Amino acid sequence: METGFLPRGRFQGLLDALHRAGYRCFGPQVRDGAIVYAAVSASEDLPQGMRDHQSPGYYRLERTSSLRYFGWANGPQALKPLVFAPHEVLWRARRLPDGGIEFSTEPPSTDKLAVIGVRACDLAALALQDRHFLAAPQSDPHYAARRARLFVVAVHCSDPSDTCFCVSTGDGPQASAGFDLALSELDDGFLVESGTALGAGVAAALELEVVSAEARAAAARQIEAARERQHRRLPSRNLRAALFANLEHPRWEDVAGRCLACGNCTSVCPTCFCHAGIESPGLSGETSMHARAWDSCFTQGHSYINSVTVRSDTRARYRQWLTHKLGSWHEQFGRSGCVGCGRCISWCPVGIDITEEAGAVCAGAADE
Amino acid sequence: MTPVAAGYKPQVAVHKFASCDGCQLAFLNLGEDLLLLSSLVEFVHFAEAGPVNPEAPVDIAFVEGSISTAKDVERIQLVRARSRFLVTIGACATAGGLQALRNLADGQAWIADIYAIPAYVESLMSSTAVAQHVKVDLELWGCPVSSRQLVAAVRALLFGVAPVEERDKVCMECKRSQIVCVMVAHGLPCMGPVTRTGCGALCPSFGRDCYACYGPAENPNTQALTRRLEGLGIAPAAIGRRFLSINNGAAPFTEAGLRLMHDHD
Repeated sequence: METGFLPRGRFQGLLDALHRAGYRCFGPQVRDGAIVYAAVSASEDLPQGMRDHQSPGYYRLERTSSLRYFGWANGPQALKPLVFAPHEVLWRARRLPDGGIEFSTEPPSTDKLAVIGVRACDLAALALQDRHFLAAPQSDPHYAARRARLFVVAVHCSDPSDTCFCVSTGDGPQASAGFDLALSELDDGFLVESGTALGAGVAAALELEVVSAEARAAAARQIEAARERQHRRLPSRNLRAALFANLEHPRWEDVAGRCLACGNCTSVCPTCFCHAGIESPGLSGETSMHARAWDSCFTQGHSYINSVTVRSDTRARYRQWLTHKLGSWHEQFGRSGCVGCGRCISWCPVGIDITEEAGAVCAGAADE
Repeated sequence: MTPVAAGYKPQVAVHKFASCDGCQLAFLNLGEDLLLLSSLVEFVHFAEAGPVNPEAPVDIAFVEGSISTAKDVERIQLVRARSRFLVTIGACATAGGLQALRNLADGQAWIADIYAIPAYVESLMSSTAVAQHVKVDLELWGCPVSSRQLVAAVRALLFGVAPVEERDKVCMECKRSQIVCVMVAHGLPCMGPVTRTGCGALCPSFGRDCYACYGPAENPNTQALTRRLEGLGIAPAAIGRRFLSINNGAAPFTEAGLRLMHDHD
């Protein structure tokens, strides 16, 4: 629901309102040459004027004279690290004097966290991660605790990069659901929409101005331009049949020759949820710690079962990734696992392009 | 394997061959845990720390260093014969070390270039990994290995379980630590995509490129990485030298390095 216009000079008011409502704010910042999410307290912390240049295996930032805070597409992270932690201790065990074992869990912090600048692709990914981690009857308490504390301030994407293809997956560039507040950034300020009562409450504290017809038209034009700028696409939103009909396609061997099987793609993918369990016993042997850490279908351990590695070569691993992400996700979650954020293309050290590989394997596939 | 019986203190030896001694420091750097470790096992031979009894039979022998002299060849057989588990620690013992570069060159000429009286140097013309001479039960990679790796190995052996081998690429650890990729964002010639994890992505966490000190990861695609590094403008011989560095004796790196050196002679 459109609530009003926030002039650029009063953006700090949003951060202050969130702080007053008890939220710690996380927002985009420049760190080590990329846009990453970190704690922000002042609007000066935001990457004003920064734009990103992305292409397969390539990411660079450029400082421009633009006043905008959100004039870039994305960085290597989505919301994933904030809800599905890269490494977290799930429980500890301690041997008792009587020979028994005592287990204790470590619930994650439930401090309220507002994330500012979230894109439509990442909201679509969050919805998918929710379905994986929160589906009854095995709802994951650690994910649930991290998820429940989130307040999401989305920004409709005005500057997709060369690697973005959210239009093709139907997930962007406009955020349509899953946010508490959503912003359209214009040069002189922000159109503010609320998506939840919680969001409306924060917006009410901002003393927003009435949105002019010009501002509304400019925001719409900007989304349309972002849509038109994207040129990559998947052959179809449902490639399940096409992929499974092509399990012996020569392209799998071809991509295996280029692929490093390093796991960068799955790590930056906002929907990949695979993880490994890691036991770390203390030297004394009296205590132990069980952690969950991001794993990848590109590791050997991922398909290791009782002394057999099911997928020992890269051909099988890449095929597993693509056929799951774009194929069997449909059976599992009712849609593809790709939200078109393009991270796997930019952050692949050798620049393998999922749209190109899927296109080659599924040539001629039409929507099922 | 069976767990250690109550009341029995497993006997441990730390042997040194051709090496810089740095990996043994991973024991000495344990701090308070070194006292705990000493209460769990008996160090019967560990010259760098004090006890000297190289011939004592032991439950676990840690071996640092490569096999570099005729005496080494004999001594490693004796170590093997007197040890229940033999664990190599570090790049030298596990892959021949930096000194294995002489395997790819004329070692005799190098000695003649450096020493006034080369006849005094009783080195073999090769420096090789311990596993090329005797059966090795566990290899701990790294230059140097970390205390964390040693503790995990000792603990697993005390429990009587097989130690977990870390074989993933450094990239996995980089991403778990939320480090921005130095290759994609800065164009640095990072070896992480072919290198074994275990260091905690130490170099990338300081913004520099991995130089492969933990050796090859499982399933390394050295050719794809070579093409990428060439694309970054690195000369083939320079890429070759990145493979032929600390772990030049590890097969995937030897092959990749020699291919680059020979293709562009």
